[in-house]
Amino acid sequence: MNELAITVIGRDRPAIVADVAEALARLGANLTDSTMTRLRGHFAMTLICVGPAAAEVEAALAPLAADGQLLATVRAVTPDGRTAPAGEPYVMAVHGADRMGIVAAMTRVLADEGGNVTDLSTRLTGSLYVVVAEVELPPGSSDEVAGRLARTAAELGVGVSLRPADPDLL
Amino acid sequence: MTAEYVGLGGWTPEALGVPGEVLPVVAAPDPVLSRPGPEVDPTSTEVIRLAADLVATMRVSPGCVGLAAPQVGVGAQVFAVDVTGHPKAVTVHGTFVLCNAKVVEASRWKAGREGCMSVPDLTGDVKRAGRLVVEGVLPGSGAPVRLVTDGFEARALQHEIDHCAGLLFLDRVAGAHAVYQRKVYL
Repeated sequence: MNELAITVIGRDRPAIVADVAEALARLGANLTDSTMTRLRGHFAMTLICVGPAAAEVEAALAPLAADGQLLATVRAVTPDGRTAPAGEPYVMAVHGADRMGIVAAMTRVLADEGGNVTDLSTRLTGSLYVVVAEVELPPGSSDEVAGRLARTAAELGVGVSLRPADPDLL
Repeated sequence: MTAEYVGLGGWTPEALGVPGEVLPVVAAPDPVLSRPGPEVDPTSTEVIRLAADLVATMRVSPGCVGLAAPQVGVGAQVFAVDVTGHPKAVTVHGTFVLCNAKVVEASRWKAGREGCMSVPDLTGDVKRAGRLVVEGVLPGSGAPVRLVTDGFEARALQHEIDHCAGLLFLDRVAGAHAVYQRKVYL
């Protein structure tokens, strides 16, 4: 069974999801994990699906991209790829005046400390830039990470908070 | 135990004895919103005037249920709250201003969607205590107050106390997909 990583991005319009999902369904490609969202007027889909060969899916998506409004990529990936060991889940929030390199600097701190970002989103509204990242940290490292994040944030002139993620299990 | 904390005792903004002025509300990323405000002398003329200004500014702002000093550009532990008439409010203490307020008991944590006049284009999911005890002092008299509240008023109080500590709701959002572009403006 082939596992495929597919991205589709283009100017938002109604029916992008339906068009792409239909093309995949016709090929018998099973859509597993995905995120689909609108980013500043562009619609972005990132998905993993299993089933046909990459070339077949590429061919099926080609008509959608024919008018130049959508860009689709398909790539075969290794199923059950190596995953990093789970750490302690935290949420990092950064906000401040927009400038170059906020995400780069803050995630570099997390990476240097052995943290693994599992989810991240950014928003720019006016001059306010907001980053919220979910990150797994090595056990017992959060105080040190928080200190380094605060120092880097101060250099960037932004604020940062690092809090334990609430799993909210019932 | 320090002072004897009691309820609001029928306090209204008229007790301040000065008319409030409507001030401009500052928006993030203004650094005043990210700095912890110092404690204040609740009997000082500046604090009494600030309290009246916060009430006046809150009252002219549509949908505004609370306003803290940093939001009008003043780093200080002073805020106004009024959730009167809000459909989500349960316990309602009317219009009041507190100085140097602290959360002393918090329980029944619940996630909810929050917005903020100082972050006008975004909302976020934030977990707050649904049952809350807050202690602070009244501007003017400096009388100590202990407020027991719940639901929406409790959420508003925690949001304003956060402002006084230099925190926005953005600092407490639940996760990477818990910040939203605002769709409805009041």
